[in-house]
Amino acid sequence: MTTEKKQAELIREISGVEPLKCMKCGKCSATCPAYNEMDIKPHQFVSYVANENIEALVNSKSLWKCLSCFACIERCPRNVQPGKLIDAARQIVLRQKGGDYLKDEEIPELLDEELPQQLLVSAYRRYKR
Amino acid sequence: MQRIGVFVCHCGSNIAATVDVKKVVEVIRSEPGVVHAEDYQYMCSEAGQERIAIAVKEHKLTGIVVCSCSPRMHETTFRKAAERAGLNPYMVEIANIREHCSWIHKDINEGTEKAVILARAAVAKVNLNTPLYPGESRVTKRALVIGGGIAGIQTALDIADAGYEVDIVEKTPSIGGIMSQLDKTFPTLDCSACILTPKMVDAAAHEKIKLYTYSEVEKVSGFVGDFTVDIRKKARYVDADKCTGCGLCQEKCPSKKTPSEFNRGLGNRSAIYTPFAQAIPNVPVIDTDACIKFKTGKCGLCQKVCAAGAIDYTQKDEIVTEKYGAIVVATGFDTIKLDNYDEYAYNQSKDVITSLELERVMNAAGPTHGHLERLSDGKAPKEIVFIQCVGSRCSDDRGKPYCSKICCMYTAKHAMLIRDKYPDVNVTVFYIDVRTPGKNFDEFYRRAVEQYGVNYVKGQVGKVIPQPNGKLLVQGSDLLDNKQILKEADMVVLATAIEPNKDVRKIATMLTASIDTNNFLTEAHAKLRPVESPTAGIFLSGVCQGPKDIPETVSQAGAAAIKVVGLLAKDKLMTNPCTAHADELLCNGCSTCANVCPYGAISYEDKQVNDHGIRETRRIAVVNNALCQGCGACTVACPSGAMDLQGFSNRQILAEVDAICR
Amino acid sequence: MSVNNEFKPKIVAFCCNWCSYAGADLAGSSRLAYPADVKIIRVPCSCRVNPMFILRAFEKGADGVIICGCHPGDCHYSTGNYYARRRMTLLFSMLDYIGVEKGRARVEWVSAAEGVKFADTMNSFVSKIKDLGENVRLGDIRCKN
Repeated sequence: MTTEKKQAELIREISGVEPLKCMKCGKCSATCPAYNEMDIKPHQFVSYVANENIEALVNSKSLWKCLSCFACIERCPRNVQPGKLIDAARQIVLRQKGGDYLKDEEIPELLDEELPQQLLVSAYRRYKR
Repeated sequence: MQRIGVFVCHCGSNIAATVDVKKVVEVIRSEPGVVHAEDYQYMCSEAGQERIAIAVKEHKLTGIVVCSCSPRMHETTFRKAAERAGLNPYMVEIANIREHCSWIHKDINEGTEKAVILARAAVAKVNLNTPLYPGESRVTKRALVIGGGIAGIQTALDIADAGYEVDIVEKTPSIGGIMSQLDKTFPTLDCSACILTPKMVDAAAHEKIKLYTYSEVEKVSGFVGDFTVDIRKKARYVDADKCTGCGLCQEKCPSKKTPSEFNRGLGNRSAIYTPFAQAIPNVPVIDTDACIKFKTGKCGLCQKVCAAGAIDYTQKDEIVTEKYGAIVVATGFDTIKLDNYDEYAYNQSKDVITSLELERVMNAAGPTHGHLERLSDGKAPKEIVFIQCVGSRCSDDRGKPYCSKICCMYTAKHAMLIRDKYPDVNVTVFYIDVRTPGKNFDEFYRRAVEQYGVNYVKGQVGKVIPQPNGKLLVQGSDLLDNKQILKEADMVVLATAIEPNKDVRKIATMLTASIDTNNFLTEAHAKLRPVESPTAGIFLSGVCQGPKDIPETVSQAGAAAIKVVGLLAKDKLMTNPCTAHADELLCNGCSTCANVCPYGAISYEDKQVNDHGIRETRRIAVVNNALCQGCGACTVACPSGAMDLQGFSNRQILAEVDAICR
Repeated sequence: MSVNNEFKPKIVAFCCNWCSYAGADLAGSSRLAYPADVKIIRVPCSCRVNPMFILRAFEKGADGVIICGCHPGDCHYSTGNYYARRRMTLLFSMLDYIGVEKGRARVEWVSAAEGVKFADTMNSFVSKIKDLGENVRLGDIRCKN
């Protein structure tokens, strides 16, 4: 198995997403607030994973531009949820680099009451990048 | 001992690819009772059936096992073949080695082994089969059509034209259905009312058709050929015989603030109302929730102005009981509720409307008298956005997983009509796919693009954001240009998914007709029996069976009608001989079986029995074979084991169990 | 029977003619695989399944018995599946006492449109039976052919 094929499977496994369910409607890209910042657009995440084009995906700007706002996950009519794919791709990169970017001991001082928990979870993966 | 012939079908390669057919033949020969076994390419073909006939004669067969596709597919075929060969048709059993074996297993050894076991079970059963003879039941030569939309009207007209009486039960005050709410129809752009209203008049005037409007089916009993139906005629509070349809009561009614169902809530109606001007019958009803007289006891204006004296506040619901030989379900559809789709701002903005609401806006008799205007401020829109697949093709729990089928075409129609009448209005359609299979359909869509300059954008809309200036900001994808589009629109039209009428589940339950997970009624066979329900005597017409447009609905309505006519033309029906039967010597008359029988088919008689020389009169269960549908509930309930089901007897099923576990 | 020593359970499935049998047909026409250990017996309704049939199957060496009917409310005969549900609940409550692990018998509702559910149900039931292993606790009273 090629590395890319393995990585594509890993992304599917981590995200729990089946890219073949996508009907290519583009609602994810239509709903994405960070669309203009991205080089690979949300609807393309799906085809990149389906086509096992993982090198390009993990090296894309989009990986770090996704806000993890979950709009595409919420609105995807087919439960494909591209946001989970990009999240999984991010995790692959981070795992290769060894561990999370956010250290446990840093958390207390970053916490405030208004902070949504989702953000914290996302920040674990993206922070300091 | 039976003399059984086993016939194993290759079904081309459908079975032969994963079942070693020759080996099945070889192994099954040694089963008790089997005197002949052979295989053939297509057992269901004429040549295959001929082989069965020859074998019956040559080997003096008394029973037949066909190892082939599902009995739901060809049991009837093989029973008829057996009958032609001089055998009782109920001496045939099918071993389903296609759907339940070859199609699901890849390994030929595994498939063959299972096919042999299934064949053995069938042989074991046939060894215990006895000839069965269907009884006869009468046919009431009248039909009931539930639903008075175009599907119901067309079915009723076709049945009536063939000379049989038909009753239409319609829930709302008038027949006409959704089609009466449409402005124009694709792809010819005829005015919907112009082609529908003559049909409505025909239905009302037809001597063989009786209309029960503002009525609902309350209870159904009986079976094919002999249904008894209770119809609730809801109180109109207007005497239909006296009413002249002058409309003065509606004009004078002081309670005029009820949202009009006919105008999809976009306009108001009075408390006493006919849904629309061309309503049939042209007899109003009083909406007691809105009527001041009913709410406070004061008013009574309609009664005072009615010159015919037709208003009767004391009217009560009435239950009418009718007999029918066949029932057609034509309950139609509605658009889904959009409460789960906040992103499209349907509930936030009056200028976001559904396509069906747009039909009313474009209609001369509608709330805006046919002028295209924003419902919030009455201004003429300059920029209109259409969004396709709103709630259709959604596998999440917010929408429907199926394609609603009609939206691509009606959106092209709307876009074209708007561009034609208001050339200065820009129309943008966001689509996922444009689906236009149908005669002159794609040409119609291309005309919208090429001649009328409708801007089709491939991509879904993510959200619609109402702006402080009253405009609607539409954020969508353009997948071909790989852009995100932000567009300010004056109006947004949602191609909202359609779903079966919400009452259909209740009706299907009353009729014991099966229904799928989307609440569409199931056909007896998806391809070969598309207008019949698996429940005998129940037929399907229109969208209750699946999304379809008007021409398709009319075709299906005609097809359902001819099936009904085919049934009503018979004087007698053969009943299913697989019915329950009580052993007189074992029955102790305890009434347990009658209590579980859903059809009331079991009664008790005092009978003379001879129990091993003892003659006495005992109370014994007697099954009415015309009423018994053969479910078998009584056979299990019977504490003394007296009840058994012909064709599925205890011994037969146990023999199958034994054969499988051997 | 089996060449290698892999446990091949014997599983009897009673399917009602109107929903589950059609669901099984749909699983077949959709080519949805499930183990060949499952053998289907067609009955008109789940209420035709006499508890005696199930006991007989276990007695004759079945490792699992599953009864499939229409969803509650969707019975072709209106109420048959309710009878089946009550009868089976009662029977299953006594299985352990008789010497059959409770998990060896199951009732599932599968409609004619649920080919996927049928295949999934059979897959999960077979794997459950495989976990339970051969039905041996009845061995002492069983008359094996």
